[in-house]
Amino acid sequence: MAGRTSKDGTYVPEGIADEFTQGEPAQGASAQRAPSSGDKEQRPNRPAAPTLGLVGTLRWMWRQLTSMRVALMLLMLLAVAAVPGSVLPQRNQDAAAVIEYLADHPTAGEWLDRAGFFDVYTSVWFSAIYILLFVSLIGCILPRSMAHYRALRGRPPRVPSRFNRFPAKAFATTDASPEEVADAIATRLRGKISWLPTFRVDRGEEPARGARGASGRSEPASTGPERPPGQPSATVSAERGYLRETGNLVFHLALVGLLVSVATGQLLHYRGQAIVTEGRGFANAVVDYDTFEKGAWFRPESLVPFSMTLDRFVSEFASDTVAFAQARDFTAHVTVTEPSGEQRPEIVKVNHPLVVDGAKIYLQGNGFAPDITVRDAEGEVAFSGRVTFIPQDTMYTSRGVVKVPDVAPGLDQIGLVGYFLPTAEVEPDGSARSAFPQPVDPLLVLEVYTGDLGLDEGAPQNVYELDTASLTPAVEESGERVKVLARPGETVDLPDGLGTLTLGEELPRYVALDLRHDPSLGFVLAFSLLALGGLTVSLFTPRRRVWARAYVAQDGATVVEVAGLARGDDAGLQAEVDRALAAVPGAVERPEEADVSAEASAAARRQAREPRVETGSEED
Amino acid sequence: MELANLSVLLVWGAATALAVALVAFAVDLSRLSGAKVDARDATRSRDKVAVGAGGPVDASADAPADAPAAAAGPVNRRLAGVGMSVTWLAAALLLIAIVLRGIAAGRTPWANMYEFALVGTFVAVAVFAGVNTRRDVRFLGAFVTGISVLFLVLAQQQFFVAATGVQPALQKYWLVIHVGVAICATGIFTVAFVTSVLQLLRDGRDNGSVMLGSRHWGWLDHTLTPSALESLSFRLNSVAFVLWTFTLIGGAIWAEDAWGRYWGWDPKEVWTFIPWVVYAAYLHARTTRGWSGTRAAWFVVAGYACVLFNFTGVNLIFNGKHSYSGL
Ligand code: HEM
Repeated sequence: MAGRTSKDGTYVPEGIADEFTQGEPAQGASAQRAPSSGDKEQRPNRPAAPTLGLVGTLRWMWRQLTSMRVALMLLMLLAVAAVPGSVLPQRNQDAAAVIEYLADHPTAGEWLDRAGFFDVYTSVWFSAIYILLFVSLIGCILPRSMAHYRALRGRPPRVPSRFNRFPAKAFATTDASPEEVADAIATRLRGKISWLPTFRVDRGEEPARGARGASGRSEPASTGPERPPGQPSATVSAERGYLRETGNLVFHLALVGLLVSVATGQLLHYRGQAIVTEGRGFANAVVDYDTFEKGAWFRPESLVPFSMTLDRFVSEFASDTVAFAQARDFTAHVTVTEPSGEQRPEIVKVNHPLVVDGAKIYLQGNGFAPDITVRDAEGEVAFSGRVTFIPQDTMYTSRGVVKVPDVAPGLDQIGLVGYFLPTAEVEPDGSARSAFPQPVDPLLVLEVYTGDLGLDEGAPQNVYELDTASLTPAVEESGERVKVLARPGETVDLPDGLGTLTLGEELPRYVALDLRHDPSLGFVLAFSLLALGGLTVSLFTPRRRVWARAYVAQDGATVVEVAGLARGDDAGLQAEVDRALAAVPGAVERPEEADVSAEASAAARRQAREPRVETGSEED
Repeated sequence: MELANLSVLLVWGAATALAVALVAFAVDLSRLSGAKVDARDATRSRDKVAVGAGGPVDASADAPADAPAAAAGPVNRRLAGVGMSVTWLAAALLLIAIVLRGIAAGRTPWANMYEFALVGTFVAVAVFAGVNTRRDVRFLGAFVTGISVLFLVLAQQQFFVAATGVQPALQKYWLVIHVGVAICATGIFTVAFVTSVLQLLRDGRDNGSVMLGSRHWGWLDHTLTPSALESLSFRLNSVAFVLWTFTLIGGAIWAEDAWGRYWGWDPKEVWTFIPWVVYAAYLHARTTRGWSGTRAAWFVVAGYACVLFNFTGVNLIFNGKHSYSGL
C-alpha cells in the first residue's frame, strides 16, 4: 500500500505533483511549480519516519521504493550505469579486446573486472538497478490500474461550487432557459459520435441555494453574490481523456511484458554458427555447429532436423573510384531440405535472414575456401580438403592454416600458414596483399613449418591458428623464410623435399552462417509496439474536465458559467471551454465576471489564456 | 558528380543564410534588451515574482506571459522578421541540397554522419520556423540558427564524405525509416533544448540571479514566462520522445535482421538507450513533486547532451557495429 488515495478515489503514487486528481486547481494552477513548493502542504501525506517496528519499516520502505522520487532516481541511475559498458570493452561483444585491456592495465583492469565492468549489462549492480526499477514499476502500476479501472466506471466529479479558481473559464448570458443551456452544452461535449462520446457527461440540477441550506448541507458562501437565492440551476459535469491514464498504464505494463519476454527468450533461445562451403551442407543438429550457445531452458529436441546445402555464393563489389571495392551485395543460394524430405531453393542475404521452421539463418560472413592437396615426400596424399581463409581486410587478404599431421611414418608433420589473395599484388620486397576482393588474379602464399603439430596430445586446438613454438620454419640459404606460391591448378614443390602442394582449379566460396531461434521474438515486438502506442496515447490525449452551471439571474436573463481543468499543461483547455459555451443558444459572452474583483479577474483571465497561445495545436 | 558539388555549394549557401539570420536575430534581441517594458504591465502585481529581484527585473518580470513583444510597444522588430525570412530561405536551400545529395548518391540522403548533420539541422530549422507560424517564438531564432550554423560548418569541414552508395548492411527500407525518424527526433530535441535553456535563464533572472539580472539579459523578459517555456519545451520533447522510442524499436527490428540479434549493447545502442532513459526521467520529473519546473529542465539539458554524444562521440570514438560515419 504505497501512495495515497485522492478525493475521487484515484490512486496516486507517492510524490506525484498532480492537482488534477485532487479535483481542484492548486493556487496558481498553471503557474510554474517551483521546486519544493507544494512539498510542505503534502507533508502530512508523506510516510512518517519508521518508528513503527518491522512491519512499519517494511511498509515505509515499500512506499519509498514505489514513490515517484525513487523511480526518478532509479531511472537516472540506470542511465549512468549504462555508460561504462560503452566505454570499456565488453566480453560478450569482443572478448579479445577485454584480454588486451587486461594486459595493458593489469592493476586497474583486475579491479574493474572484479566489479563486473567488462560484463556491465549482466553485472550485479546493473541488474539490481533495473530489477529495483521494475519492482517499483509494478508496485506503482498495479494499484494505479485498479484505481483506474474503478475510475473508468465512475462518473465525472460533481460541479464545484465556485469556478473562479479554475485555469480556464467563460461566462455568458442568454435568453434560453437553464435547462436548454445545460442540454446544449452536454450535447456539444458528448460530441457527434454517439457510440464514442468525447466527454463522459452528467446532466444535473442544483436545488436553489435557500433550499440547499435548508436541507442541511453546508455550502460555503461562494456561489457569487449575483446568483439569487431561490433559483435552481442546471448543471453539466463532464470528463474526457480516460484514455490518457489507460495509455500510461498500458505503456508501463508493456515495459514489464517486454522485460519478461526478453528474459524468457534468453532462457529458451539457441544460437549456432556453421561454416559451409559451396556444394556442401549442414544439418540442424548441435553437433553440426562449430559453436553452439543456448539458454538454460533449451532442450535439444527443439532443434527441427532440417538440412541445408550451399549451392552458390555470389558477391558484388563497387569498382568505381569513389567507392572502390566497397561491398554491394552478398547472396547465398541454398537448398533447404525439410525433415519430410521436401526440398526447396532459398536465398540468404545480409539483412534478409532465411526463416526455416521458426529458426532464422543469417549470413554473417564469407570468404574463400580453396581446395588444397599436400603430398608428402613419398608422394602419398597427406592432406586434401577445403581450407577456410578468413578475410583480414576489405580486399579479402585472407589468412588460413593447413595442418598436415598424416604424413608417412618417420616424416615430420607439416604446418602451412599464410594468405590467400584473390587479386594478388606482390611488392618488390616480396610482401604481397590483395588489391580487390574478387578472384581476378588469385595467389596462395604460404610459409612452411615442420615438426610436431601437437595434435596427438588431444588438447583442443584452434583450427585457424598454428602454434609455431615447437615447429621449425623452412628458410632459404639467405636465412629468409621460404614462401611457397601457388596459383589455381598449379602444383608446386614444398621446400626441403617435403613434398608438393596443389591448389585446386576451382576457388570455392564459404559462408559463415548464424542460426538463431528465439521463441520470444513475437512477444518482444508486440510489447514494444504496445508500449509505443500507450506512450503516444498517453502523451497526446488531453485529459480535461469541464463543468457548467446555468441559472436565472435577478435581471431575468440566464447566466451560464463554464470552467475547465486539465491534467498538466493543456494548450487547448480554454478553447474547449469556449467551445462548450459556444453551444449555448443565443449566448452573449461577458468579458468579465461581476462577482470577482476586477484585478483578480484580469489576473485569472491572463492566466487562463496563457496556455492557450502556446501552440494552438488543439484549436480548431 | 556535378549534382554532388552543387549540393555542397547549396549547403554553404544555407550556412551563410543562417549566419545572416543569426546576426539579425541577435541584433533584435539586443534591441529588446534596451527596450522599456510597457508601464501598465509593470504596475500589475503578480504573486511570487518580486522575490528579491533588483531594479531592471522588477520592472520587467511582470510582463504578461503571452506578449513577448507586443507589450513592449515601440520596439521595432523588423530585424526579427528579416531573420525569419532568411531562416526560411536557409531551410529551402538546405532541403534542395539534401535532395540533390540523394540524387547524386542514388539513395536516401541520410546514411553517414555528414548527411545526418545536414538533415538534422534542416529538421531543427524547419521545426523552429514551423512553430513560429503558430506563435511568436522568434526569440528562439538566434539560438536555433546559431546551433545550425555550427552544425553545418562542422559537417562541411569535418564530416564530409563523397556521395556514394551504401554497404549491404544498410541497404534496407529501415535505413529510411529508422535513421530518418532518429534525425527528426534529434532536430526536435534541439529546438526543445534551446527552449529549456531559455527557461532556465529566464527562471534565473526572475528569481534574482545577479548575473542574469543585468541589463544585457533584458531580452529574456521578452521571451515567455518560465512556465510557458517549459510547456513549449515539453510539447516538443514529447513528440521527439515518441519518435525516439520508435527509433529504438525500429533499430531493434533492423538489428534483428541485419545482425541476428535485436539488442546487443553496442555503443550506439547504449547511447540511444541512455537519452531515452534520461528523457523518460524528465517526463517523470515534470510530474514529481519538488522536481518539476527548473529541475526538470536540467533533465532536458542532460538528455540533449546524451543525444549529441550519441551523434558525434559514439561515431567518432567508439568502434561498434554502427561505424557508418564514413570517416
Ligand atoms: C522502466 C521504468 C520506467 C520507465 C521507462 C517509465 C517511463 C515513463 C514515461 C516515458 C512516462 C511519460 C509518458 C506517459 O505519461 O505515459 C511515464 C509516466 C509516468 N510514470 Fe513512468 N516509467 C518507469 C517507471 C515508473 C515507476 C517505477 C513509476 C511509479 C513510481 C512510474 C510512474 C509514472 C507515472 C505516475 C507517470 C505519469 C506521469 C503523469 O502523470 O504524467 N513510472 N513513465
